[in-house]
Amino acid sequence: MPEKTLIDSIKSIDDSIAYDDETKIFSIGEVDKWFEIATEIKNLNFDYLMCITSIDLENDQLALAYNLHSTETKKSIEFNLVFPKDAQIPSIESLWKTADWHEREAYDMMGIKFVNHPDMKRILLPHDWEGHPLRKNYVVADYYHGMYIPKDKTEWE
Amino acid sequence: MSKENLTDKSGINTEDMILNMGPQHPSTHGVLRLKIHTDGEVVSKIEPIIGYLHRCFEKHSENLPYEQVVPFTDRCDYLSSMHMSHGYSIAVEKLLDIELPERVEYIRVIVSELQRIASHAFFIGVFGLDVGAITPFTWVFRDRERIVDLFETLTGARLLYNYVWPGGVSHDLPDKFVSRTLEFLDYFEPQLIEIDELLTTNKIFIERTADIGVLDKDVAINYGVTGPSLRASGIEFDLRKNEPYSVYDKLDFDVPVGKGEMGTVGDCWDRYIVRFLEIKESIKILRQCFKLIPKGDVHAALPKKVRPRKGSVYSRFESSRGELGYYIISDGKNVPTRVKMRSPAFSNLSALAQVSEGWMISDVITILGSLDIVLGEIDR
Repeated sequence: MPEKTLIDSIKSIDDSIAYDDETKIFSIGEVDKWFEIATEIKNLNFDYLMCITSIDLENDQLALAYNLHSTETKKSIEFNLVFPKDAQIPSIESLWKTADWHEREAYDMMGIKFVNHPDMKRILLPHDWEGHPLRKNYVVADYYHGMYIPKDKTEWE
Repeated sequence: MSKENLTDKSGINTEDMILNMGPQHPSTHGVLRLKIHTDGEVVSKIEPIIGYLHRCFEKHSENLPYEQVVPFTDRCDYLSSMHMSHGYSIAVEKLLDIELPERVEYIRVIVSELQRIASHAFFIGVFGLDVGAITPFTWVFRDRERIVDLFETLTGARLLYNYVWPGGVSHDLPDKFVSRTLEFLDYFEPQLIEIDELLTTNKIFIERTADIGVLDKDVAINYGVTGPSLRASGIEFDLRKNEPYSVYDKLDFDVPVGKGEMGTVGDCWDRYIVRFLEIKESIKILRQCFKLIPKGDVHAALPKKVRPRKGSVYSRFESSRGELGYYIISDGKNVPTRVKMRSPAFSNLSALAQVSEGWMISDVITILGSLDIVLGEIDR
């Protein structure tokens, strides 16, 4: 749980950073500035990026949740980015290497496009897979490489 | 041989060869494929290719009630199923805002620590096998079998238990479970000395592991490496101590860290010894738990219907491989909107490319073995 001085120092990085007292989450209005903001956050001793979660908000919007931790001060913070489906998100792979695979996963599963990532390709699914499964409107294809994909699984049990 | 000698090319440039290892390869511990760029026998670049075991855990959980997700979490890391469901249950309980009876917390710690012993024992066996020692493998499997038998008396299953539920555990400890576990601990502690004598100070084992694949602590944190692999690099980072959950704040135990006794801090030998010492700490925790465990109803806090409040939570858990995180978003229904599993081995494996650069192919197997990955959890 971040304390007041930390919240103020994070807010002073950029005007577009907002903090919700109830959920204890920071949010950023302008996603284009994310890389510059992230660089400043890393300078505040947040050396460990725990997790990147991609979220489908359904109203043509996607979101990303970044969970950061400082191994020195033992503080954890969370950043949320909300953006339209076709937005380009700056990659933070050069700051935290954890982001490399996590961003690839977010692209693979949710179809979020990252710019400045050195090796942006699918990670868990085959390279020729169509669609991004974790989107709420994802429909399973009928065939994959000529193999029928069964959808009615009631008789499997 | 030191790393500098290996990379000495005497000015002659030769063409790189790409070697494909896996997905069917015993020492990849599952279906992992490695694309290894080699210069002679020296690795110049390594590219792990994962996803062969992807079973859509996250998509499945979006279509199931909270309590029915538990068996799916078990199947992610099949070597420490108890940790997976324990971590998930803690995350859901944070959204539910419920207090658990103390007996439940102690039972959870008992099964988690037994699971940690089983998982680390498994590691010691297969790691020995990776570097060519066959005897420890048979010995630890004989002992691990007894833990699996204990779990069988407890849950009826040997690997995938579905025991820890959001709000409690599925049922109380059966008769004689405590005495049988204590019996096992009394038997297992002397066995550890034997394994110690076989591996820890074995000359061949030290030659194969000491100074090999040194993971620097800054690099480790930057890659998000957690668990014993991070502690071997000399950082005391254990969520049981840093952010205590359950009843870990009432228990007395140490966090072993790598000291570089045989070589450099953060080498493969350190990653082995940290896990070996953690088994001893787990035994210590178990003995304390059996003294402190109170009586009570394990179903007292079990909710009739799991309907968490609206909101999101990121919950952290120390599994046997590192930080297991669950990011759960709820919109007030009985089905989660999003479940994201931050699997520890996923991030640990991403550091492999960095660590194994400049080492020989045989060392890659050692380094991969020392990271202790489980592909089920990486691919989810």
